[in-house]
Formats: sequence, structure tokens, C-alpha cells
Amino acid sequence: MNITRETVVNSAVLALLVLVPVVAQLRGDPFTITLATKVAIFALAGVGLNLALGFGGLISFGHAAFFGIGGYVTGILASHAANYEPLFDGAFTVNGTQQMLLIWPIAIVVAGLFAVVIGALSLRTSGVFFIMLTLAFSQMIYYFAVSWPSYGGEDGLSFYTRNQFPELNMFDPLNYFWVCFTLLILAVGLSAMITRSRFGLALGGARQNPQRMASIGIRPFWLSLTIFVISAMMTALAGSLYADLNRFVSPAMLNWHMSGEIMVFVILGGNRRLLGPVAGAGLYILAEHLLGQFSDYWQFFLGLVLLAVVLFAPGGVIGILTRRRGDV
Amino acid sequence: MTLLLIEQILNGLQYGMMLFLMAAGLTLVFGVMGLINLAHGSLYMLGAFVCAAVAGFTGSFWLGLVASLIASAAAGAVIEVAVIRRLYARDHLDQVLATFALILVFSEGCRWVFGSSPLFLTVPAVLSGAVTFPGGLQYPLFRLVIIFVGLAVAGGLFWLIGGTRLGVRIRAGEADRGMIAALGVDISRLYTIVFALGAALAGIAGALVGTLQSVQVGMGEPVLILAFVVIVIGGIGSIKGALIGALLVGMTDTMGRFLLPMGFAQIMDPAAARGVGSALASILIYLLMAVVLVVRPQGLFGART
Repeated sequence: MNITRETVVNSAVLALLVLVPVVAQLRGDPFTITLATKVAIFALAGVGLNLALGFGGLISFGHAAFFGIGGYVTGILASHAANYEPLFDGAFTVNGTQQMLLIWPIAIVVAGLFAVVIGALSLRTSGVFFIMLTLAFSQMIYYFAVSWPSYGGEDGLSFYTRNQFPELNMFDPLNYFWVCFTLLILAVGLSAMITRSRFGLALGGARQNPQRMASIGIRPFWLSLTIFVISAMMTALAGSLYADLNRFVSPAMLNWHMSGEIMVFVILGGNRRLLGPVAGAGLYILAEHLLGQFSDYWQFFLGLVLLAVVLFAPGGVIGILTRRRGDV
Repeated sequence: MTLLLIEQILNGLQYGMMLFLMAAGLTLVFGVMGLINLAHGSLYMLGAFVCAAVAGFTGSFWLGLVASLIASAAAGAVIEVAVIRRLYARDHLDQVLATFALILVFSEGCRWVFGSSPLFLTVPAVLSGAVTFPGGLQYPLFRLVIIFVGLAVAGGLFWLIGGTRLGVRIRAGEADRGMIAALGVDISRLYTIVFALGAALAGIAGALVGTLQSVQVGMGEPVLILAFVVIVIGGIGSIKGALIGALLVGMTDTMGRFLLPMGFAQIMDPAAARGVGSALASILIYLLMAVVLVVRPQGLFGART
């Protein structure tokens, strides 16, 4: 394996993400551990989006839908379990659950089903229409969540205890960080596998030149749909973790602002870079935290920074750090 | 019942006209420059804030309206020259992100300058009160004025695009930008004008709507998304499409909210019917858009694919 600058930068990013909570634990600072957990979770959502946006070239402006679906599945299952109310009571009974190992696959599958439908319809179009359709579908789900009263509607849904993981105390912030971090690493590994596989190569071809892919007998539609669904599932897992972090879900998780933010994580770090979303989410949370201390209007400055990155540094942070002298 | 229905139809018409003011600028900018401008809602918000602030300061709604027109057109011209101009050659992703960043800047900037608490605009005395229609229907005069402003703007735009030299250039720029530049038209000035025109329309829409609801940060975003729905339904780049799309969306939304809960009340108990009806009504326009796009991906009046 040859060591490129990107490998070095990637290792540094991951090392930093691990070091911060460990040091915080030693200093008895749970707040910082929670911040790092948030970074890991947002990064996971970004890694998911990066598959569709970066590697698949599908500009989805609706990934908040999957993030929120992951969150709502978690919230609904947990609150039913906490209240001993079955989810469905008829010929057979379906109960809620507080086991993360059960909640995650359910969240992933539900979001995947939504993604199949949304993707299949949206992929009939391309370009700006694809952006708008994904946005429209996510807004549809958002407004549905706002106006559907059973699970809190506009106010959102709280569940009072964090869900459980076998043999680990999830109330310990550091333990929960390790769970989120492990899932993030698994997702990054899966992304790397996907992009290096035959499927990933064909996908790259479809992104760059769909006609050519079609002419050698590969239909871009199925490649795009597959990556869209996988991408949605990862983002949904992040949504589930985020719900558990806050023990609260609200329509804000489904709002288009969330879609924009997940997109920002990817671009700030570096589009189509394996760890771009990790660097991006880290910077975003850091900026929120630091700028937030010195001004209430930190988003104003965040906007300016983002504008500068988009206009002048299209490769994002990892792009800047790995650029060799002389490259443009 | 009939009176209520007519009132709701007028509400839908008014809502549609307001959406048209937003969508017209958006569709022009997209059609001519090929740019997705998420910050269009911020110009709408800016128009409302400036109108409310100036009207509050001077006591005159009309001065506020003029100020909002000037401020939003000027803001449009400034961001076109400073930011937007660099995005024409970029892909849609960069455009989405850069204009998303502009939203953050504008929203926080407005909060900074105007404060976090909402402002309120009062309707000028001449336009307040209600009109009584034959048959006994009473309808607020100001909402009727919005409908007429929308119609006037639509007429003005059709004339501008179809009957003036500037319109010829705009259409030519839409068709072939390289060619009209070669013919000696200053294309970048043309783009600034089109962008400022769209911004001014958004600013007027904001100022007018500011009298119906409170003026606050974030008011532009729901309208922006609806305006996108409108232009996607109508066909991107088409003023006619924007008008038809806006009326379709305004009507569908208003009538859905009015009729669906009543419809469901026939088959279930009223409380549940309200829940289901309003949940369904709020997603109705997105369903409409999805159906239009799946059946006719270029929109109702769109020429491009």
C-alpha cells in the first residue's frame, strides 16, 4: 500500500476524532464527548450522502428525509416500548423495542423502502429536476410529520431513556461515542469497498458518461438507484443514532435545512473524498461551537466561510491539505 | 357554504398571485442564466423587513414599499456582481451550496440588523377594510389588491419579455448566450438587470405578504420552496408556466386545506378527520409536483428537457 498525502490527512482526522473524547474523559468533560459524538453521527450521515452525491453524482437535496425517518423509527419504537403500548395489536401483536440492535436494522430497512420509491421516481429526471424532486419528497415527509398528531406533530417526540446495547452502559457518554464511532468506521469501510468494486467503477462511469455506460450494456438507472438506496440507509442509521443522542426527535430533523447541512458536511470536507464528510462535520461542529461563543450570529460567518469554500476551494478541506505544490 | 367556497377560491387566487411574484423572478433567472438561486427567499425576506422598518419609521406604507423595491433590487444587483456571477459556469451543486450559504448570511444578517422579534406591518387606511360583493360576500380589500398587483405584474412581464428590446435580448440570452455576446450585447450587464428584476419582484411579494403575516427571519424559506415547486410544475424558464403553476399550486393548497378535512369528516369522526385531512392537504402540492414531473418531466410549459 502506498502512502499518499490523503492517507496521512485521513489518519490525522480520525486520530483527532478519537483523541478529543478520550482526553475529555480524562478531564471529566462530558460536554466535549457529546460534541465528538455529534461529529461522528453527522459524519456518518455525510458518508451516506457522499455515496450518492460524490460517487454517484446524484445531487440529493432530500437526505434529511432519511435522517429523519431513522430518527422517527427510533423514537416511535422506543416510546411504544417505554409506554408498554403495542405498535400494532390485531391478529398478532407488534411491540416497540429499546434494543439498538433491533432498532437500527428496522430504521435502515424503513428508510431503504422509502428510498426505493423516492429514488425510482426522482431518477426518471436529472439535473435540476432531480434536485427539486428529492427536495419535494423530503418536504412532503416533513409536512406530514408536522401535521400528523399521533407522534407529537410539530412539537416532536421525546423518549426519556437512551436505548440499550448489550453489555454496554449507554448512559456513559464515552461508551456511546465508541458505538457511534465504530459504526462510522464500518460505514467508511463499506464506502471504500463499494467504490473499489466493479459496481463502484461502473457507477463512476455512469456519473461521468451515462451514454457510454449504456452503450456497453450497463443501465445507469439501476446503478444510481442502488447507490441512492445504500446512501439513504447510512443516513438513516445516523438519524437513529442522533435521535438516541438527544432522546428526542422532531420535524427539524426532516427539514430541508438539515439536507443542506448534511450537504455542507460533504462539501466542506471535500466531495468524493472518503473521509471528507468526517472532516466537514468536525469543522462544522467546531465552527458552531467556537463562533457561537464569540457571536450570537455565528451562522452569518459560517455562511461567509462556506461561500469562500464553494467559490475558491472546490476540493474542500481535504482537497486543500492534499494538494501538491503546482497542482491547480 | 357557497360564500365560503368563493372566499376560499379568492384566497387561493391571492396565494397563487403571491407565489407568482416569487416564481417569476426565479424562473427568469433559471431560464436565462441556468442558475438555481436558493437565496431568492432571502430577497423576499429582505423586502418585507425593509418595508416594515421604513414604514415603522416614517409611518407611510407606501414609502416602505418603494424602499423595499429599491433595497431588494439593489441587494440583488450586489450579490449578482459579488457572488452569483462566479456561479454561472459551475455545476448545480456549487450553485445550491453557494446560495445556501447566502441564505445563512442573509438570515443572520437580518436578525443582526432588525432584531429577533418579528415586525408587523399595517395595511394603509385606503386599502384596509372589506369589499362587499353582490350576494353578500365580504372580502378584505388588501387581498384583492394583491391579486391585482399579481395580474399587473404578469401583464407587465409578458409585455417586457414579448414586446421590448430588453425582452428580445433576454430571450436571445436564453437561447444562445455565446451568439448574443458575439452580436455585441453586454451579457453580464443583461444578467445583472435580470437578476435585479427578479429580486425586486421577490421584494414586492415580501412587502405585500408582510401585511398579512408577521415579518420574521426564515419567512422566505417556505415560500422559496413553494416557488420552486411552481416553476418545476410550470416548466423552468417559462413566465406563462410560472403563472399557471402558481395559480395551480395556490388553488390546490388552499382548496385542499379547506375541502379535505370536510371530506374526511363524512367517513370518520371529526377530530381524526381534521388530523388526516390537514396532514394530507399539506403534502398535496408536492404530490401534484411529483405527478407532473413523472408524467411530463419538463413541466407543463417547459421547452427544455
